[in-house]
Amino acid sequence: MLVFGVADALTQQDARIPLAASIWKETMSIEPFLEHPPGDEDDATGGLTRRGFLQSAVAAATATHLPLVNAAETPPAPAAPSFPPRPVKLDINGKPYALMLEPRVTLLDALREYAGLTGSKKGCDRGQCGACTVLVNGRRVNSCLSLAIMHEGDQITTIEGIAQGEQLAPIQAAFVEHDAFQCGYCTPGQICSAVACMDEMRAGAASAASPDVRIKVVAFSDEEIRERMSGNLCRCGAYNNIVAAVRATSKA
Amino acid sequence: MHAIDFERARDAGHAVQLAQQGNTKFIGGGTNLLDLMKGGVEQPIKLVDITRIGLADIVELPGGGLRIGALARNSDTANHPLVRSRYPLLSQALLSGASPQLRNMATVGGNLLQRPRCPYFTDTAFSMCNKRLPGSGCAARDGYNRMHAILGASEACIAVNPSDMNVALTALEATVQVMGPGGARAMPIAGFLRLPGDTPQTEHVLQPAELITSVDLPAPAFTANTFYLKVRDRSSYAFALVSAAVALEISGGTVRQARIALGGVAHKPWRVPAAEALLVGQPVSEARARQAAAKLVEGARAFKENRFKIDMAQRAVVSALRRAGEIA
Repeated sequence: MLVFGVADALTQQDARIPLAASIWKETMSIEPFLEHPPGDEDDATGGLTRRGFLQSAVAAATATHLPLVNAAETPPAPAAPSFPPRPVKLDINGKPYALMLEPRVTLLDALREYAGLTGSKKGCDRGQCGACTVLVNGRRVNSCLSLAIMHEGDQITTIEGIAQGEQLAPIQAAFVEHDAFQCGYCTPGQICSAVACMDEMRAGAASAASPDVRIKVVAFSDEEIRERMSGNLCRCGAYNNIVAAVRATSKA
Repeated sequence: MHAIDFERARDAGHAVQLAQQGNTKFIGGGTNLLDLMKGGVEQPIKLVDITRIGLADIVELPGGGLRIGALARNSDTANHPLVRSRYPLLSQALLSGASPQLRNMATVGGNLLQRPRCPYFTDTAFSMCNKRLPGSGCAARDGYNRMHAILGASEACIAVNPSDMNVALTALEATVQVMGPGGARAMPIAGFLRLPGDTPQTEHVLQPAELITSVDLPAPAFTANTFYLKVRDRSSYAFALVSAAVALEISGGTVRQARIALGGVAHKPWRVPAAEALLVGQPVSEARARQAAAKLVEGARAFKENRFKIDMAQRAVVSALRRAGEIA
């Protein structure tokens, strides 16, 4: 919620165009991945990075809520035990990553904050919005509700791994063609989700929209697409165009 | 999220052994546990990863039943050919819950243990919740209780079980297989899940360090005439206001056996054998369906915001019976 609020505030300023361009770049990921340390993934522009601005804006917004949080029944924090980072090997987009992670680090945070892959987005961070959707061994999951340490040996695909080099995947091209996003924040999750959604439909997987689960044939109807993409929220309401992009790609 | 220790279990016995340390929890899909840990509701010191201990297979049992490994993912269970063809009610219920992403992660064992979504429980900003802070009171009784129980509630707690799967498993009379420090045991799901009573802290009867190993389904008696109807605030990806799992065994136009379980109305799925008996020995009819529905909600007690559920639950049952009995 907070992030959307900050984005709204940004678009009311003159930052609209750079923001859109930056999101476009992250979303479509046509730039080759650059190896660089975590926290250093932004293009510096006049000393203020979009990422840095967002972080400080979020911090400021959080600070204004502090009295409310403190008013609640929050017991004083006892000296919490600490469990140091340990080596975790992840296979992300076909590349090996050797990271040092505390066990509590989610897959989403490992991707964004440790592997420097900020294409996967943090929306709700509670499994309710789908912005963090990635593929694990080809299956779509919410990376915010999964511990990175549990994914050693898995093949993880993020939005950065969907395109073939400079060549957009068909679903990415369809999102452009059908205008399937506005702010773009949900788009990486929508696209990863759509890739798996189409695989599931081709495999004959049933959904709550299927008239009879005993029958294996699945119609590629809009109703099926809507139900199967319901794990990805779009605050801009681009749903009709998202359905059109998935429909066009699944029929291609 | 607070700092946690983590260890990977090699097999079920190892998992049980590791869980005997204090304040340790098993983690499978993690979809409910990590959510609650982020909110500070669950505060384990150590997690034991049980995703590499096996127990994810779905196999036929001697006698025609089906064993669903506790680590089988919800999506794999819903789409298993034997579940789709023999237990379509379970497949339908699973597919109506959560999102494809969450179903790909969530396990059957974890789904059984899903914790209620009562906001006074899941948000630690609220100081009153007997489930979270025993003895502190129930803020939902006089609070926003639109999603809450109309049956089986207690002075201490009016939360409802959020699982769709549990409603279907209750109608199908599944058995929960468990292993723990004291050995293995099995219990019917109706005895595994519990009403809140004076101790709403838990929704089930698992003992510390006990691990669910499988959910066993009896031989399929209900394949042709079942239906899971879920009523919710949006058409997908939302918890039930009410839901109805119905299963009929019909031969020669006559109902031989009937099961009805209601979801979204109590701390566990709600069954009333006397309501089911009203349907047996005759064709499915609208009139009988209404009588059965009325019997199911006998003794219902509404709170300020959820009176609508008493009617809604009955309409859901009638509608599901109509669909299952093909009298639409």
